[in-house]
Amino acid sequence: MTSDTIHIEQSGNKVIVARDLTKRFGTFTAVDRISFEVERGEIFGFLGANGAGKTTAMRMLCGLSRPTSGSGYVAGHDINTETEAVKRSIGYMSQKFALYEDLKVCENLRLYGGIYGVPEKEMNNRIDALLENLGFQQEKETFVRQLPLGWKQKLSFATAIFHEPAIVFLDEPTGGVDPVTRRQFWEMICQAADRGITIFVTTHYMDEAEYCNRVSIMVDGRIEALDSPANLKQRYNTSTMDGVFQQLARKAERG
Amino acid sequence: MNRLINNKGKRARNRRVFGAFVRKEFKHILRDRWTTIILLLMPVVMLLLFGNAINTEVKNAKVVIYDPSNDDATRTIINKLLVNDYFILYKTVSSPQEIEPLFQEGEVGMAIVFSERFYENLLHTGEAQVQFMADGSDPNTALTLTSYATAIVTSAQQELLKISEVPLQITADVKLLYNPTMKAVYNFVPGVMGMILLLICTMMTCISIAREKEKGTMEVLLVSPVKPLFLLLSKAVPYFVLSLADLTIILLIAVFGMGVPIAGSFFWLIILSFIYIFLSLALGLLISSLVRSQIAALLISGMAMMIPVIILSGMLFPVENMPWFLRWLGQVVPAKWYIEAVRKLMIKGLDFSSIILEISVLTTMAIGVIMVALKTFKNRLE
Repeated sequence: MTSDTIHIEQSGNKVIVARDLTKRFGTFTAVDRISFEVERGEIFGFLGANGAGKTTAMRMLCGLSRPTSGSGYVAGHDINTETEAVKRSIGYMSQKFALYEDLKVCENLRLYGGIYGVPEKEMNNRIDALLENLGFQQEKETFVRQLPLGWKQKLSFATAIFHEPAIVFLDEPTGGVDPVTRRQFWEMICQAADRGITIFVTTHYMDEAEYCNRVSIMVDGRIEALDSPANLKQRYNTSTMDGVFQQLARKAERG
Repeated sequence: MNRLINNKGKRARNRRVFGAFVRKEFKHILRDRWTTIILLLMPVVMLLLFGNAINTEVKNAKVVIYDPSNDDATRTIINKLLVNDYFILYKTVSSPQEIEPLFQEGEVGMAIVFSERFYENLLHTGEAQVQFMADGSDPNTALTLTSYATAIVTSAQQELLKISEVPLQITADVKLLYNPTMKAVYNFVPGVMGMILLLICTMMTCISIAREKEKGTMEVLLVSPVKPLFLLLSKAVPYFVLSLADLTIILLIAVFGMGVPIAGSFFWLIILSFIYIFLSLALGLLISSLVRSQIAALLISGMAMMIPVIILSGMLFPVENMPWFLRWLGQVVPAKWYIEAVRKLMIKGLDFSSIILEISVLTTMAIGVIMVALKTFKNRLE
């Protein structure tokens, strides 16, 4: 069974596979037997109210937290037994801005590149290429704390995919960012997806859900709906993702 | 074979990552210029403060004497007291009632009250009373004065007893061991060492880890393939270096600026300090795995670590005079053992055999704390 799954998701381009993934804290079931698959290059939206179990599910997929039961594969690695390989093949961007403010832009990139094993020979070229892509060439030697928030956010994302991971997990990446920057930010996400990096993103903004190829909506630890935004809107007979979300979230008993 | 090469590559990569982290930590510290300056200047300031401003040395304290007996014994004792330059006679009073007003005027530091027929009682019953009264509102000075006086009386008493048995004149000489002039600085140097090292290693390490948690960078690092142990160790390295710098500063100032001798083994002093530094670093790592915010780290390491060190380690207040439970509590304060051992090595000039107990206690503590810290750290990861 196990070897089958690996075989299927490698040949079938499935970079994330979750099967009956469950996490209990004492008697509280934070994540209740969720199953889904994410394809290579897909932008996968992970939606849910606060306390629905999004973060817990994501932490299990990142190898930070061990599932109580169920199995999962990320980039072909078992999240139960191969957490180090899992960690090596993913990128991660947290809700909080998490670059070092007292390090320069290039120092931050060099540090994260080093952590993920970017070869020393390629390091400088890749840093230059990344900064050029962002239009940040002038800021290479700037301290991160001197950058405006929107730039920091973009730099943060660029750092998360600096080592060209198979998958990048974004945990509410656009909190507190203005609409223009948010739009630019999503353009960056789409570009990365076009390059074949799978995007797994949690968000509170329903308009952002529209950018996703597919969206899953979690309610009380379970996945209540999983489809493309267009199909979801059709099924719930509403014109916005917000409408879909309201109908589903109303059922929530906790949160 | 393949595996061997793999392992080699892995180790090389680990070394590279560790190096990158250590460099990053040094940058954090050196770019926070004020903190660095404060950390390097603090030992200087502390030594100056403790060495000069806070002075427990007692000289020329005024004493008032009530001596209803006025016999050989009391005169011998009074002479011995006044021959030192610790005490000078302020007044001889004719009734005990006159004493208290003098204290209230703030003129005298100590009163000596002899019982009636002092020598007679001493010869016949082997007992005679003398009372020392001191101003308890300044407990440090009071304590010093009375312990001086007690020491002098004890020696005088022995002298008197010997006279009564063998007719031989023996001049007893009060000598305070190890710190004959009671120079405050002698006692403070080990104390300052214990405090500064603890401050840098424990407090700074755990604040720096808590800062990563607070800013969210820790989360990103935990998601990355870096071994958590690497993170912790790389935090400890720069503070280790910094504490060595401070240790050097303190020793240089103490030896060349203040004339404190390193009477005992310099080699063991350094070994001892290393053990203490490791213990302090381990404590910092332990605290940091328990707290989430910088302010909590500061409070716990500041309040729970520094205050016991200042109060219970015998650095400012003599531990001997504390209630038993505080003395008992003092036994678990690492700095107490360190300071004691440094005193033995630096000031008393004793050798390694005298600090075996302290070294074993500190080593045991260090191993214990490191083990608990690693365990809590692993448990807290989830």
